Amino acid sequence: MSNPHFVGVETARPDAADKVSGRTQYIHDLAVPGMLWGAIRFSDHAHARIKHVDTSAAEKLPGVEAVITGYNTPEVRIGFVRDNFALKRDKVRQFRDEIAAVAARDPETARAAAALVRVEYEPLPGVFSLQEALAPGAVLVHETDAKGRPRKDNLVPVRFAHHSGDLEAGKRASKHIVEGEYRVPLIQQSCMGTAGCIASFDTRGNLTLIAKTQIPFLAQKDFNRALGALGLEGRNTRVVVPALGGGFGTGLDTHAYEYIAMLLAWRTGRPVKILYNREEEFAYLSPRQSATARIRQGCDANGKLTFREIEVTQDNGAYTSWGATFPSVMLVPATSLYRVQNISFESKIVYTNNTYCQAMRGYGNPEITWPIESSMDELAELAGLDPVEMRLLNSNQPGETTPMGLKITTCGLQECLERTAAGLNWKENRGKRRNVKRGFGLAGLINVAGGGKIYRSDGSGIILKPDDYGNVNVSYGGVEMGQGLHSVLALTIADTLGVRPEQVIVNQTDTSTCPWDVGTHASRGAFMACNAAVMAARKLKARLLEWAEEIFPVEVEEALAKARKHPGFKEPDFDWRGNCRPGCFELSDGILTIKGAPAVPELQVDFARLLRAIHFRRQGGGTTFAEEAFYEPPTELPDWEKGIGNMSATYAFGAQGVEVEVDEDTGEVKILRLVAAHDVGRVLNPQTLKGQIYGGLAQGIGYALYEEVLTDKGRILNPGFTDYKLPTAVEMGFPIDVQLVQTNDPEGPFGAKGVGEPGLVPTAPAIANAVYDAVGVRIRELPITPEKVLKALQEKRRR
Amino acid sequence: MKTTLHLKLNGRDAALEVAPHARLLDVLRDVAGLTGAKEGCGEGECGACTVLVDGRAVNSCLFPALEAEGRSVVTIEGLAGAQGGLSSLQQAFVQEGGAQCGFCTPGMVMSAAALLSANRDPSDDEIRDALVGNLCRCTGYAQIVASIRAAAGKAGAP
Repeated sequence: MSNPHFVGVETARPDAADKVSGRTQYIHDLAVPGMLWGAIRFSDHAHARIKHVDTSAAEKLPGVEAVITGYNTPEVRIGFVRDNFALKRDKVRQFRDEIAAVAARDPETARAAAALVRVEYEPLPGVFSLQEALAPGAVLVHETDAKGRPRKDNLVPVRFAHHSGDLEAGKRASKHIVEGEYRVPLIQQSCMGTAGCIASFDTRGNLTLIAKTQIPFLAQKDFNRALGALGLEGRNTRVVVPALGGGFGTGLDTHAYEYIAMLLAWRTGRPVKILYNREEEFAYLSPRQSATARIRQGCDANGKLTFREIEVTQDNGAYTSWGATFPSVMLVPATSLYRVQNISFESKIVYTNNTYCQAMRGYGNPEITWPIESSMDELAELAGLDPVEMRLLNSNQPGETTPMGLKITTCGLQECLERTAAGLNWKENRGKRRNVKRGFGLAGLINVAGGGKIYRSDGSGIILKPDDYGNVNVSYGGVEMGQGLHSVLALTIADTLGVRPEQVIVNQTDTSTCPWDVGTHASRGAFMACNAAVMAARKLKARLLEWAEEIFPVEVEEALAKARKHPGFKEPDFDWRGNCRPGCFELSDGILTIKGAPAVPELQVDFARLLRAIHFRRQGGGTTFAEEAFYEPPTELPDWEKGIGNMSATYAFGAQGVEVEVDEDTGEVKILRLVAAHDVGRVLNPQTLKGQIYGGLAQGIGYALYEEVLTDKGRILNPGFTDYKLPTAVEMGFPIDVQLVQTNDPEGPFGAKGVGEPGLVPTAPAIANAVYDAVGVRIRELPITPEKVLKALQEKRRR
Repeated sequence: MKTTLHLKLNGRDAALEVAPHARLLDVLRDVAGLTGAKEGCGEGECGACTVLVDGRAVNSCLFPALEAEGRSVVTIEGLAGAQGGLSSLQQAFVQEGGAQCGFCTPGMVMSAAALLSANRDPSDDEIRDALVGNLCRCTGYAQIVASIRAAAGKAGAP
């Protein structure tokens, strides 16, 4: 490990050839013999009592095998506050509520039958905005909690807050104070591969679920509980993860459609597949929350931050997913992006009759970095400071502990800010191109980068199992969803164990063969997997090198005996026998040899030969190998109501800066170039790392400029890519300068930090700050559409 | 009521039994067993189902299968290099990191193949224009454009 030669080198991904050939199999491509297709009948109202469900017409359609409702199946509760149900009874609370489901011979028949289910409703008034939901006497989305106790309001029963220092003293010490309200929209994760699953039972009642999930083991736990509801206590769920057509947070919860597939499979005794099409994905899969944040922060006469006060209100929709806990991650930047001492953070998560929301990449961080970094620019202007100077003055530094108790080990924030500014020729440009309506803006970021503890374990297990042919089979419970996890695992294992990357084969994630992992989220995949892999590979290598003392002399003698039969063979000029002792062996590139030995084939034992020699040991008593390791990062589960706890083993920092041009006639914002400087700890594979940053940037730009799920009284108005605008290759056609700042983190595998989310965190405020620099208007609501810019320009002219 | 569709599929004559209203995408995936083309939206917006019909990139989700009668259809499975391995365009996608989750990749590669057969040495802007009907949520397109640039002008491309 001291001298890696695969880690850090630009390397093609092991899964790339199959992907470019169309051979990779996603849930869309999978079928199981005897399989039926499921379809769901969703609600026609955002809020209504269900008076009657008539399934008779659906049942009569030829090809239909089963029609189920909440009335003829056991109650299956979903979500960590257990406020959701696989199939709804009595009441619907959002347009996408599942009322009935069909299993049929093909998807067309299933969908046709689902449409034949007749539902009688008694419509109820609904609450569709934060104001409506929080108003005194508001209609209650949930009249009772999961235990049946009456509820008084529409607040989701979880609390995330932080109060430290002396807020009033901070305000008194302030020379300048800025205040603003910032909004972020509902957006869709927009995985190119839509959601789907296949559920099947064996005759003993064990469930196999092929699931598009990022949390196979938490899903196993959820489904084992659901099996209990079917009277199958003690039976098991095996979760198998196919290739994922994107994840982006959509796989952090288990979903009603998955439980419905389970119920249909149990009812029919046959495997059942449910696959959403794009319209269904938009209308019936949870998007990212919309939220409103009020921020106030101040600085002294020198520009030093004096306090920060934030209140966030998040539209949860009708039910609760893990996405409701976004404020747990907002705590990180709220308390710890830049040095600030007197802090108040409060959050409200509000039930409405809108579609319920779930996680998406960044998980609260972009939502809160948006107001913080917009407000930093406003404060700098008041203080008469350059925005970069203002940030450098308040920059986090290595070795500090923040008010949340985050222990900052390595910190490249200052360098990221400096390199971003340098990349844009900041001093010469910012504030000086307004005559041509060009502006420059920048924003920084902090993100968890060594796990994010939100569960009692944040650990990851791994098993390395070499075979007789020199392959190292890897069983890992985290999920490759496109980010390149398998690539960095192969490089890490190759370097640590001493084999070639192509000898490392990462198996399909399957709860029956892989050790436990909490899930692939919070930028933790590579950090956890590679730390666990280093531990396991070291153990495996130590065992192999012990065996080398016995195996090496036998194999070398045999090779030499063979070689000596060839005329002209020269004995190696090396005392290999004298060097056959502990500590003298070396395994590298899949070759066992002795340190210092000349590179002649007779003194080299191929990895496969070594393994076979141990397995089929001549004296008998051979063995096969597998090594397991479990890495649990040195982190704390925060006290969420106090907002204190070192939730990650290390933190990523970064800065992004943009040059934009604003068309004052149309309000259109055009990005001319972008610099992204990221503290990545250390690069594992430059290709996949840059892929994470480029991809994050595109999502950050979509969030900043284009994307919004539009709703009207809970109904989604733009369920498709025709009216929901994702950035295309043309929108992304500006130069991007990615700067990798390597701080070599002591807890990171080879020094690496997590990089999955940071790429999209500061993009929107950097763009808004640049728009302000160009034309002097501050947009506080995403996306920054031409309409909003034009309106702001008109208001500015009127003033 | 099915009818027989005669076409050249990935260079070989094929006769497929198809419903008159069937989409080319469904015929390729469900009848011919070629699952490389993906359905990402079903409305011609995402391009994951892109295949070549007589050398032109089309969204097979919008293309009536019977319109392919007597024509040549090439899917991702039909691209191959001289020795039967990956084509130089596919190799470039591997080398340059043009695929992440990979769901959009077959469509991206087919759109790129159509571009390169019409224009051996496209500019970056021409590459981006050719990809405007292919959405990708993972890559931000940078490494996809780099892949196509790397393949451009190479012998044997696409």
